[in-house]
Amino acid sequence: MSAAEQFTFTPENAEMARAIVAKYPAGKQQSALLPLLDLAQRQNQGWLPRAAMDHVAAFLGLAPIRVYEVATFYTMYNLKSIGRHHVQVCTTTPCWLRGSDQIIDACRHRLGIDVGETTPDGKFSLSEVECLAACVNAPVVWVGDDFFEDLDAASMTRLLDDLAAGKQPKAGPQIKRQTSAPASGAKTLTGKDA
Amino acid sequence: MLSDKDRIFTNLYGREDWRLAGAKKRGDWAGTKELMAKGQDWIVEEIKASGLRGRGGAGFPTGMKWSFMPKKSDDRPSFLVVNADEGEPGTCKDRDMLRHDPHKLIEGCLLGGYAMRCRAAYIYIRGELMREAETLQTAIDEAYAAGLIGKNACGSGYDFDVYVHRGAGAYICGEEMALIESLEGKPGKPRLKPPFPAAAGVWGCPTTVNNVETIAVAPTILRRGAAWFASFGRPNNTGTKVYCISGHVNEPCNVEESMSIPLRELIEKHAGGVRGGWDNLLAVIPGGSSTPLIPKSVCDTVLMDFDALREVKSGLGTAAVIVMDKSTDIIKAISRLAKFYMHESCGQCTPCREGTGWMWRMLERMVKGDARPEEIDLLLDVSNEIDGHTICALGDGAAWPVQGLIRHFRPVIEERIRTARLKPLQTAAE
Repeated sequence: MSAAEQFTFTPENAEMARAIVAKYPAGKQQSALLPLLDLAQRQNQGWLPRAAMDHVAAFLGLAPIRVYEVATFYTMYNLKSIGRHHVQVCTTTPCWLRGSDQIIDACRHRLGIDVGETTPDGKFSLSEVECLAACVNAPVVWVGDDFFEDLDAASMTRLLDDLAAGKQPKAGPQIKRQTSAPASGAKTLTGKDA
Repeated sequence: MLSDKDRIFTNLYGREDWRLAGAKKRGDWAGTKELMAKGQDWIVEEIKASGLRGRGGAGFPTGMKWSFMPKKSDDRPSFLVVNADEGEPGTCKDRDMLRHDPHKLIEGCLLGGYAMRCRAAYIYIRGELMREAETLQTAIDEAYAAGLIGKNACGSGYDFDVYVHRGAGAYICGEEMALIESLEGKPGKPRLKPPFPAAAGVWGCPTTVNNVETIAVAPTILRRGAAWFASFGRPNNTGTKVYCISGHVNEPCNVEESMSIPLRELIEKHAGGVRGGWDNLLAVIPGGSSTPLIPKSVCDTVLMDFDALREVKSGLGTAAVIVMDKSTDIIKAISRLAKFYMHESCGQCTPCREGTGWMWRMLERMVKGDARPEEIDLLLDVSNEIDGHTICALGDGAAWPVQGLIRHFRPVIEERIRTARLKPLQTAAE
């Protein structure tokens, strides 16, 4: 049977799942549903087949519908298979003002796919997402568990090149800049007037 | 300009160690036990006296909110829930606190949780912020290991737990009742109020939901005194605030400044000014996407606080300043926000579920000028049908940017429509 037809937590993940359930008061194990679906998705190459949802339902003692309605409500759960690198480009107004259109174009051009598609080799999927809450480092792209910030078309293409080559690119600002400080250097917290 | 010695988030940019040793060096966890010994009522009164208003957007007085929690338990435990589901477009301040100053938040959970007689705090962090959740969890583990939280927290005799709960990608879960539903493992659909969370929140227990910044500033307020915090900003708008300045400025950044700082000073001193100079400014969204835009003429003089921005029919919101210069297609900028709200509507209330889509589709046509002039009033009408007619404030937040656009830029929409209508005639005449 394929992975889509069968799912059980690995022993390590089952243990982790029990630790997550223990964070909530006795009898309130449904609270662990969101983190457990995330755990299942990570175990299953980034997406949730119905078998995984059913397994989580059984694990928590919930009716399967309680799991389906959550899995379909939240955008981070993928209900279809997804590329190994899910490139999620923020295009909400603060990123759009700083050139997210060019970032989308660079992705389309480099990957040869449109938004919502996956490359034939299954390496990349491209999505548009809503605000990622890193607006002073716009435009921002989210891949895996990392944000890549202060991008332009050239650095976006480089980022995709690196991922394609199996390298792990450095997360955070792609220009010389410390996190959310002004690019030319912090104007506060410099210790000068302390 | 606020001086560094009066800044609370002294590691805002992550230049220093965020771990416990670094946090202690910056003054966190100093005398926490002694603060607790002053009593629960003292803490609530001190927060009241500081004038602190909620930093998540609504600006509700924090001390008053804390005082709504039951002083005597009816056998149900009480909970503090921290809203770290940051996602209001333009806003990225909580992220810096979570990744660079997590111990301020954890200490705030203990002090606030103790003051409200809570058993535990659950920090609901948006799912996308995986690295920040990892940092926060490490900091919580450090605090447990050092005896700062958990059994007999800080040696106070009080037991208090802190947990991280990750979301899964839904803006609506930043709304407190949707957040509570989500924390219970359900779709994030807001509940009707009343009952308010202080009466029946998570798992039916008394609950207070506070923003990350609100909780993270509390320990410093208690240590330095309400009067110190209240000395910044104008009456009813006191304290320091972390602002996010994004969009068409030379140097987008986060910065902690005094409340009531003039908007122009904030942009010019900290963000390197508007791209192309102040006169190249078109408009600013002053407090995150839900707050109506204000045109340059208002930006020239307005102060960044709750009252001043309300007077100009906008709001301080999360103090996320989105700057747009004269190159901006202002209709497109607001249309993109309309698309955001359409995407994020939970679908529970008809006016919001249907209306956000109507507004976006009308605005997309207006971007191209493919509309009739009377549709501007129709758009305004649709926004009024949403505003105030839904369970939660997402509907209001979707309507206000559209209302702001029409209030200040109606001639631009009219001109766009006129030009588009003339074009086929001109082409035919050629």
